[in-house]
Amino acid sequence: MCLAIPGQVVSIEGRTARVAFGGIARDLATDLLPDLAPGDWVLAHAGFAIQRLEEDDAVETLRLFAEIESLGGPVGSE
Amino acid sequence: MTIDPHAAAETAYARIASMVNGPLAFMEVCGTHTMAIGRAGLRTRLPDDLRLVSGPGCPVCVTPAVDIERAAALAVEPGVTVATFGDLLRVPGANGTLQEARARGGQVKVVYAATEALDLAEIERTRTVVFVGIGFETTTPTVAATVLRAQSRGVHNFCVLPAFKLVPPAMHALASDPEIRIDGFLCPGHVSSILGTMPYEPVAREHRIPCVVAGFEPLEILSAIEALLLQLEEGRCEVENRYARAVPTQGNPAARAIMDRVFVPCDASWRGIGMLPASGLAFRPEYAEFDALERVPVNVPEVEDLPAGCGCGDVMKGRIQPPECRLFGHRCTPARPVGPCMVSSEGACAAWYKYGGGS
Amino acid sequence: MNDCILMDHGEGGAATARLLTEVFLRHLGNPGPLEDAACLPGFDRIAFTTDTFVVRPPFFPGGDIGKLAVCGTVNDLAVMGAVPRWITAAFVLEEGLAISLLDRVVASMAATAREAGVTVVGGDTKVVGRGEADGIFVNTSGVGFLPPQRALSVAACRPGDQVIVSGPVGDHGTAVLLAREGFGLEGEVYSDCQPLGDLAAALLEAAPDIRSMRDPTRGGLATVLVEMASASGVRIRIEEAAVPVRRSVRTACDLLGLDPLYVACEGRLVVVCPPERTDDVLAAARAHPRGREAALIGGVGEGTCGLTLETVHGGRRPLVALEGAQLPRIC
Repeated sequence: MCLAIPGQVVSIEGRTARVAFGGIARDLATDLLPDLAPGDWVLAHAGFAIQRLEEDDAVETLRLFAEIESLGGPVGSE
Repeated sequence: MTIDPHAAAETAYARIASMVNGPLAFMEVCGTHTMAIGRAGLRTRLPDDLRLVSGPGCPVCVTPAVDIERAAALAVEPGVTVATFGDLLRVPGANGTLQEARARGGQVKVVYAATEALDLAEIERTRTVVFVGIGFETTTPTVAATVLRAQSRGVHNFCVLPAFKLVPPAMHALASDPEIRIDGFLCPGHVSSILGTMPYEPVAREHRIPCVVAGFEPLEILSAIEALLLQLEEGRCEVENRYARAVPTQGNPAARAIMDRVFVPCDASWRGIGMLPASGLAFRPEYAEFDALERVPVNVPEVEDLPAGCGCGDVMKGRIQPPECRLFGHRCTPARPVGPCMVSSEGACAAWYKYGGGS
Repeated sequence: MNDCILMDHGEGGAATARLLTEVFLRHLGNPGPLEDAACLPGFDRIAFTTDTFVVRPPFFPGGDIGKLAVCGTVNDLAVMGAVPRWITAAFVLEEGLAISLLDRVVASMAATAREAGVTVVGGDTKVVGRGEADGIFVNTSGVGFLPPQRALSVAACRPGDQVIVSGPVGDHGTAVLLAREGFGLEGEVYSDCQPLGDLAAALLEAAPDIRSMRDPTRGGLATVLVEMASASGVRIRIEEAAVPVRRSVRTACDLLGLDPLYVACEGRLVVVCPPERTDDVLAAARAHPRGREAALIGGVGEGTCGLTLETVHGGRRPLVALEGAQLPRIC
């Protein structure tokens, strides 16, 4: 229901953060995350930064699957 | 570390297949999950016994026809511009869509953020800009923050038509319905970014339904499905977070505070489902000047929420899959939609039609 | 159908197709199959086409309405295998339009016509009152020569054939959308708008038995492939991971909730060729400045006609023609 895309804060001016997405930049309102700093990864939704991200992408999930694979080995796949 | 997503997905399909030993129904209560599942073609690779059913997770699908009629009526009011997310443009009320209202001379502007509607109001001082406030807990704080901005900037020709919905009350209602089988909830990732994981605890506890917060990458969805299966296997009914990178346990308290400052829960009608207690949001009296219902009241006749024969209600409750609706695919198609689930790009029927259900 | 014209009717998707069938073809008929250009009965070596351009804004990164008006028509001829030769240009101008803007547009048309090897042999100008048009609308019509025995057709795809695209998809539509609406997005996104006559000729020289070529304009790659599959009565399968999409285009589409497979190109060819010709087509494309990033994206199979996407995650989903343009969405 809610598209939200990860980006990295480049700079902050007042209540506006300049956020870099892959090859695209956009200003986001920071009203919902008042203490952002450059370098932070955020989720963008409808022009606002809505949440800080621990990771910049799905690396965590991929790691999880890697662990599964190393534990049991791939099942039934080539 | 480099991981082949294809290989990782194959591993997950195999594990999931080995864990399903009978009919199961998992409900995703998030249209973006519905879309992601369809786009990645996950249903084609999951066991037939495991049904992924789409709940009322599409905010435009659950917006009552009367709200769409009201927005369309506002668009043709002299001096009024309606600003809306693109999602709503093609959704039919009882008599037509906002797109059709625009074709007949109505002022409808598609915006990508509520703040753009506020900017529009500042440019067009002589017009009243009405922003159509749809969305769940992810979107509503952005609108509340925009209302606070309008107040501090002294913009008085901006207001919001409130049609917001809250997700946990809907999950409660579905879980309480004895006719609906739900063996697990895939909880909406970005709603949870705001709410945190606590609001699902009563659902898991009282209804004994495992709840797993899921991200939107296909691998994240598969991981959440595995977590649900594991809970069932071990007889647990807990709230688990498989999207921790974007969902802290506490959510976003600042965003919730802003939402609570401007809005207060109220009973709300969900299209195709009906009235659910404390499942919507109304303006607090201090912010009444931003309430389009107060500022620019228009008379809208009582209308039926769904056309005769339309199965959107049962689809959104997870009672039936889209193809089980009598109208699906022949009388109701994206070209000639009858119900809202066929129109909205993330509606269950449209996703099913576009991406196929599974075979 | 709807009782009035909606924006959807102009987007090249299902709504456009219905309007064509239910109004235009019902009255006007059509002497042959619906291709990008017409082959004139009795004059088998002449291809003829027309197109109207209403892009807003008139100047966008990578192009402008003048360049687009030449490329659009030239490319519709080129994909038939024709050598584009002559075009006409007709203008609808809004009262108040800056003559300096018109001058830039026409200068760009002239430069593009030279690049494409076509001559502008006629034109027309109409002016309408302020508010009755949006600045400038351009129509171009074009004539090209078909070499003998050339029979490219959207209906000629056969099982076993392979599908090649000459470069990344979605550039034009994304560039124009960002230039028009902005939505606060900034980035390096340029229209791919370019004349394709020379590239098409190079591919046909390398592989004279190419079955079918199209330029995926309105509706993008997916819509064109759906049309090819439907006209040829075949099932086309493409691999998601093989379709080239620029990073900035993909990100912009992600942010706006759009699928780049449905976003317009104005300088790409989709080529369907027999399997033994795939390497020749790819090599010829990659050796040409307009086709360096060409990629093999899928193949033609048996089965019920339509288009299937094999996803990165090993799933499979059908792609169908959309009703109208994709709208930016937050859900």
